[in-house]
Amino acid sequence: MRQYAYFPGCSLEKIGLSYNISTQETAKKLGIELKELEDWNCCGATAYAHVDELLAYTLCARNIAIAERENLDLVAPCSACYKNTFFTNQYLKKDPDMADHINYALEEDDLHFSGSISIRNLLEVFTEDVGLEEISDSVSQPLKDLRVAPYYGCQILRPKKDGEEIEQPDFFENLLSAVGAEPVDFALKTRCCGGSLLISSREAALSMIHNLLKNAEDSGAAVIATACPLCQLNLECYQNQVNQEYGTNFSIPVVYFTQLLGLAFGIPNKRLGIGSELIAATPLASFAKK
Amino acid sequence: MSEKVGVYICHCGSNIAGVVDVEEVAKWAGEDLNNVTVSREYKFMCSSLGQELIEDDIKNEGLTRVVVGACSPHLHEKTFRRACSNAGMNPYLCQMASLREQVSWVVEDKEVATQKAKAMIAGAVERVQYHEELEPTEVPVNPHTLVVGGGIAGIQASLELADAGHPVYLVEREPSIGGHMAQFDKTFPTLDCAACILTPKMSDVGAHPNITLLSYSEVEEVTGFVGNFHARIKKKAKYVDEELCTGCGICIEKCPKKIIDHVFEVGMGYRKSIDRPFPQAVPNYPVIDTASCTYFDTGKCKACEIFCPTEAIDFEQQDTYLDVDVGNIILATGYDLFDVNRMPQYGYGRLENVFTSLEFERLCNASGPTDGKIVLRDGVTEPESVVIVHCVGSRDEHHNSYCSSVCCMSALKFGHLVIEKTDAKVYSCYIDMRTNQKGYEEFYNRLLEEGMQFVRGKVAEITDAARIPEEENKLIVQVEDTLLGIQRRIPVDMVILMSALEPRSDAGEVGLQFGISCSMEGWFTERHPKLDPVATMTDGIFIAGAAQGPKDIPATVAQGAAASARVQGMITTGVVEIEPVVATITEDMCSGCRICNTLCPFNAIEYLEDKEVSYINTALCKGCGTCVAACPASAITGAHYNNEQIFAELRGLLFDVTSGNGAKAPKEAPEPVSV
Repeated sequence: MRQYAYFPGCSLEKIGLSYNISTQETAKKLGIELKELEDWNCCGATAYAHVDELLAYTLCARNIAIAERENLDLVAPCSACYKNTFFTNQYLKKDPDMADHINYALEEDDLHFSGSISIRNLLEVFTEDVGLEEISDSVSQPLKDLRVAPYYGCQILRPKKDGEEIEQPDFFENLLSAVGAEPVDFALKTRCCGGSLLISSREAALSMIHNLLKNAEDSGAAVIATACPLCQLNLECYQNQVNQEYGTNFSIPVVYFTQLLGLAFGIPNKRLGIGSELIAATPLASFAKK
Repeated sequence: MSEKVGVYICHCGSNIAGVVDVEEVAKWAGEDLNNVTVSREYKFMCSSLGQELIEDDIKNEGLTRVVVGACSPHLHEKTFRRACSNAGMNPYLCQMASLREQVSWVVEDKEVATQKAKAMIAGAVERVQYHEELEPTEVPVNPHTLVVGGGIAGIQASLELADAGHPVYLVEREPSIGGHMAQFDKTFPTLDCAACILTPKMSDVGAHPNITLLSYSEVEEVTGFVGNFHARIKKKAKYVDEELCTGCGICIEKCPKKIIDHVFEVGMGYRKSIDRPFPQAVPNYPVIDTASCTYFDTGKCKACEIFCPTEAIDFEQQDTYLDVDVGNIILATGYDLFDVNRMPQYGYGRLENVFTSLEFERLCNASGPTDGKIVLRDGVTEPESVVIVHCVGSRDEHHNSYCSSVCCMSALKFGHLVIEKTDAKVYSCYIDMRTNQKGYEEFYNRLLEEGMQFVRGKVAEITDAARIPEEENKLIVQVEDTLLGIQRRIPVDMVILMSALEPRSDAGEVGLQFGISCSMEGWFTERHPKLDPVATMTDGIFIAGAAQGPKDIPATVAQGAAASARVQGMITTGVVEIEPVVATITEDMCSGCRICNTLCPFNAIEYLEDKEVSYINTALCKGCGTCVAACPASAITGAHYNNEQIFAELRGLLFDVTSGNGAKAPKEAPEPVSV
């Protein structure tokens, strides 16, 4: 039984609720135990590091320290949570002075960061730890002829970690193929969705989202699969505004990859959050468990 | 009988005298050091007047040893040794103390510097009294030369040697000589057709009585030392009998098997299983590619054998070996191109009409896969717009930090060809325009006038993800135009990537095989980057052309000629002087443990099976001392660096803390320093 310390992050509590439940359902199906971190806190998202770097690291260090107490690797479905936590882990391991400084604060909570665990993202847990074979074996309803645009987003790949392929990765496509779907050649698959840019610069953000939607449509995708709640939010919820701004009429459903996996595993729609989207995931209807 | 030492302290202008009290040091050496007969200081010891001082003293004062405190031996050891030998004294009885590089240039405090200078002079004076008269040895030079690599560098070197009357073995691993230059269409800045200027030289090589051309061959093993190398060359089986083949080409015509030519045509064109790389190949014998040949696969076909009018096809042919003795070796093995798949953001392979520079050369070449027409991958459509991307893999932290030297000019050349042969609009996306040789800047101006467009910015990405209708079905080049200060997306039909020049993938192994080293990037290491670009640290092995570093054809030809001139010098002199500062193994003390064999960085130590002892080849030994230090039986002595000499120098250096030994020790012990 594979065990991980589970860090849902703020988004998965509300706006990314379908990500949360579909993750838990698919994990259970694959024999992974996700033990939610006790009393976890926000990772600081994209904004905090620019306000106060030290405090931003401390936020993530606290979560890591809690996971270390359980002696389990930490998995974060949200790309921003993953990126923040991963790099905090890396920097503190390299800089013992900063780690000491932060541990001084963590001690107030009887916590201690020691750099003993790894930080994982959900995609790599599925593709590397579980493996494509086991995933294929768990498929009861292959997503045949479902054309999916694999949207990695930017924070899973960048900053570059260890010589991995960031221009043309293929692990997301492999995962989709393993459940019988047809990943399309999505040129902008690693491009940023704008993140929280919508708040500060609406025009720039809408332009980025427009490019992504157009490219996904041009690639012939019926649905876009994401691994990050903010990507999902930007691409789905603002399609209307993009249409207004650019005179387009996009209507592409944007789902979480775990929802697709769950569908292929035969888990009912309700337990995956399918049906709660703004843009109806009609292409998925034929695969739903009756 | 004690020695008579002459001490000379050089001011070196103010270089030494500005920090070290040279008068004080000279005075002190004369008074306080034992056996010092004369002690002088002079402004410039390396000048003829300075040298005369030494020569006169040797003759008049009967000096038997000389110490010169001046700059580094690297610069003037030869000068002072020569002065000594002019006056009739063995040059190895002279010792230099580096008072400049090791004292005045690195110590700020004048008192400390003067004290250190005294120590170094004392060390030199002590040491030199244990020096021995050494004589260099002479070895004869074999007048044959081995040139490895038949590109323009190797061709030039071979022709110059052969024209001077010296025999050359030219080894080339491909079936024909010509190298990369044979693949080009035109050459910059003259726009000469590459083949037109190359083939006459290739022809000369093929016909020259002094050149033994060994094509489709590789050097398997090299042993020996300068003047006396022995090489074993493998002549790979061509399955064509060179004695009988007339080069008529009927076999090529009749061969039914067509495959993609990945070598000469860089995957753009086809060849037959039996073929020659290009029509003007020298030698003109075709070669069978056994991997694709039907006969070697199934035992059937044999069309070439059936149709050959002179019965020159020989399927039973084997690889043969040739052993040669040569005096010198020139390595001119050329370069490889950077693999652009390592930069996936440029879309090579994924996006159809992204080409590498060599692929584009083949397009332009009249005997290439499209008969010289510049067309897209479909073989038919002419592009309406072309972008040339500079610095692909060069000047790049992630790949190669160096500049590949030729690509800017090559890009201009390509721009010119596009303008000449098509109606397309052509852009260059560059970081800097490097056009710094004769006629190059003028060529750049020419292209400016011909209407080529220049965008200063390194291309970020090439994509097919269109954003606006004008970009549909185009390759979009995303680049920051730094002169305008804006991001640009340029939709075009064709992109040419100016790939970096890289060392051959096996340069490291080849270097090892010949006993030379490669730089960090992989280019062969020259003896001195400014003053000795074609020699290597291994005597008798020279390098020329792109194998030494990326360069254009004029520079390559110059290096080929330079290497051949060096070799000609060696051949004319007929003998090579080997420095006597070498290590020797005392046979009686050697137990044959062979620890020294593998430690020698110059492969100079061999094991004599019959005597069961190790033996040092004095011609290869550089006197580094590694084996001397490592021998557990102390059976090895390093001439000019034996134990007595080293300990003597140490005694001298520690003059102010040891008693006696030729210098007056201080009356009190120095104050201990509290930490």
